[in-house]
Amino acid sequence: MLRYAFKRLMQGIITVFFIATATFFGMHSVPGDPLANDKAMTEKIRANLEVKYGLDKPLLSQYGIYMGNLLRGDFGISYTQENRRVNDIIREHFPVSATLGILAIAFAGLGGVLWGALTALYRNRLPDLVIMLLVILGISVPSFVFAALGQLLLVNLNDQFGFSLLPVAGWGTVAHMLAPSLVLGLGTMAYLTRLMRSSMLEIINADFIRTAKSKGLPATRIFTHHQLRNAILPVITVLGPSIAAITTGGFVVEMLFAIPGLGRYFVQAVQQLDYTVIMGTTVFYGAFLVFMVIVVDLLYGLIDPRVRLE
Amino acid sequence: MTTKAISSTSLAIRQLGLFAFAAVAGLAALMWGLNLLANLTASASGANSAVDAASNAITVLISSEPPQLDSSLSTDQVSGMVLGHVMEGLLRYDENNELAPGVAESWRINADSAVFRLRENALWSDGKPVTAQDFVFAWRLALAPDNASQYAFILYPVKNAEAINQGTQPPEALGARALDDRTLEIEFERPIAFFDKLTAFSTYYPVRQDFYESTDGTYGADADKLLYNGPFVIASWVHGQSLDMRRNPLYWNQGRIHLDRINAGYITSDPNTSLNLFKDDKIVLTGLTPENLTSALEQRWQIHRFMDGSLFFLELNHRPDRLTSNLNLRKALYLAQDPNELVYKVIKLPGYLPGVSLFPSFLDGPHGRFRDDHPPPAHRIDVAAARRHLALAQAELGLDEFPSLVLLTGDNTVSNVQSEYFQAVFKKNLGLDIKIDRQIFKQRLAKMTSGEFDIVMAGWGPDYDDPLTFGDLFASWNLNNRGRYSNPAYDEQVRIAQNALDAEVRMAAFANMQRIIHEDVVIIPSYDRGVAYVTHPRLQGVRRRVVGADPDYSNAYIVPEA
Repeated sequence: MLRYAFKRLMQGIITVFFIATATFFGMHSVPGDPLANDKAMTEKIRANLEVKYGLDKPLLSQYGIYMGNLLRGDFGISYTQENRRVNDIIREHFPVSATLGILAIAFAGLGGVLWGALTALYRNRLPDLVIMLLVILGISVPSFVFAALGQLLLVNLNDQFGFSLLPVAGWGTVAHMLAPSLVLGLGTMAYLTRLMRSSMLEIINADFIRTAKSKGLPATRIFTHHQLRNAILPVITVLGPSIAAITTGGFVVEMLFAIPGLGRYFVQAVQQLDYTVIMGTTVFYGAFLVFMVIVVDLLYGLIDPRVRLE
Repeated sequence: MTTKAISSTSLAIRQLGLFAFAAVAGLAALMWGLNLLANLTASASGANSAVDAASNAITVLISSEPPQLDSSLSTDQVSGMVLGHVMEGLLRYDENNELAPGVAESWRINADSAVFRLRENALWSDGKPVTAQDFVFAWRLALAPDNASQYAFILYPVKNAEAINQGTQPPEALGARALDDRTLEIEFERPIAFFDKLTAFSTYYPVRQDFYESTDGTYGADADKLLYNGPFVIASWVHGQSLDMRRNPLYWNQGRIHLDRINAGYITSDPNTSLNLFKDDKIVLTGLTPENLTSALEQRWQIHRFMDGSLFFLELNHRPDRLTSNLNLRKALYLAQDPNELVYKVIKLPGYLPGVSLFPSFLDGPHGRFRDDHPPPAHRIDVAAARRHLALAQAELGLDEFPSLVLLTGDNTVSNVQSEYFQAVFKKNLGLDIKIDRQIFKQRLAKMTSGEFDIVMAGWGPDYDDPLTFGDLFASWNLNNRGRYSNPAYDEQVRIAQNALDAEVRMAAFANMQRIIHEDVVIIPSYDRGVAYVTHPRLQGVRRRVVGADPDYSNAYIVPEA
């Protein structure tokens, strides 16, 4: 187990190294001038800016310097917010995205298991059909549509009630988190529902369930220890990447709900060719994704005794 | 068998019910935990309604985090808006947009020098007086070549400023000296007619040396990394979330401040969110854009309009290797399009005015509006004349057939509809193929600088309140002249406008520039940009400004409920 964990961690570090390298060279080959601004600048000023950001050196030595700084955990200074360090940007804004993501995953995971189990029990009857129709909607409609509709709904509800039921946008209290995290988790919830339904159906008539029943085990125990625990395995598998995807992919929702998350910085940096922020956020998110996948693989071994980690 | 199956199903459903209960309880616990965390890390946004008369506070939205609050480096509008509330220069613009005393209580401007007398009760937010040295330090900071400030040029009227910025003179050579704590003497590089207006600009704001150095390169990065001398101070700043401005009790002119708090409680550039927050009575002002205009019109609000002073135009590439360096081709393009059609039928946004001149409508001359004294040439679409010029151009250029022209544009809703309008109208009226080259901001700028375009959809906003901010744009030496237009006769007029002190002489020079731009078709004006917006009915005194803090809430006040 420990050896396995160590091996996976090493593989992860190599993956992150490749992510950093690919992003570095990809970013530098994107057309556009990161230093350009509305006002044209003189050669002299431009040269000074290039020195400040190390752009005066050949690309390969820039790469060397960047990797050296990366090893020391220093992402550099932002191009667009010249007095902020990228480390500070990540430190201040990732917790917000993470909070939003955790809540969204909690919604998605719990909801997905609940609805999935319910549809399996009511297979091919009305509740199943209704829920599965909603699931298809949830999977096919992108989150920014839900976000815009959700916000509009809130405005109209608040208007109808004459007081603020839930805030329309902003951040700071749980009330602010509810709508955006629900919207963010909706797609994953729908996906997990489908997954849970099919894996429940596979198990519901399995031999070991019948054995458990014939042993005279109470139904509660059968459900929690035999049905749910077996059916939930595929859900756990996709949960890892989902956590990373939700935590990193919330930029539209963050923009719409005026949430100070890292996703906004990630996207704006690309639009503004803010090299250091692009690198910082991409490497950070990449490392986070790799880490989550490893964690899930390790968890798998704990949940399913049939899996041996070697 | 069937009964048994059903009973086991109902049992499982009871299980699920238990699970759902546990799930909800778990979620509640999670949210309670998150709430604790959130309260530890941040102040909540949007607890208040847009106007809070009890605490004399308003809530506003800003479209982005202010990227740079170091006044010597700041360039963008959001930073300018915040700085305009928390800082003050020698002079400032008042509620009627007239120049008024700021830190300076009196001043004298001569042909080659100026003296500003600072008021005794102008204080920094830590209680120390604002001194003449603070201005000298700030200006040297902006001019230091290592700092690469993009607005350094605005200090060039001060003697030796340009040389210092280019690194050929030491910072001590700057023609700005503190004779004592309260007297600032300035020597000019050359005579300048509008220096008083420049001193209200953010690059001219004071910075105190000991504080600046104590921040170790992070001046302006956080609420406590900035020293204030304006009507408000930033009490707290949660990056990306809120920026809370409170009345500055040490500000010398308390009489002009009515609000105790301006809380920028929301930060997003999404126009629909802005509109939704306004509808929900959470913010006092929202701009109206093509994305949210229809929905705003349905509300029957009173819509305000404001010309923000920016001019948008087709900039033609005058580099000799480009077809657009041919005057007849430029004339053909000019005559084949119609800014009226563009503004009223294509863009269809309230507040926009069809472009007629390099000099937008807000600019003043000695007797009122510059435009009233020197009306811009009238434009009428004339397809027949356009085709004649096109035929002449074809002969002069020796072309069998025109290749397609490249129209470089940005990537947003307004520029998309515009570029398609020009593509259609040039095809229809001239038979010319236009290739639209749509680029992100940084790449469009890179291509504009390197000259990879025939026509570019460009815009220009004023840096200071004088026609020269537009006029010198097409001087042959101006780096922002991306089409590389070069005409000694035009340069001559720019020099007159720069050096003359007599208002009539300067206006005559601007009138000549306006004529040359038109005759030579240096650019094809598209529109003067307008802004449509709505404000909270109980908030009065919000000032929109062409230069300086916009919107300016520093004189705003809350009226009692009707």
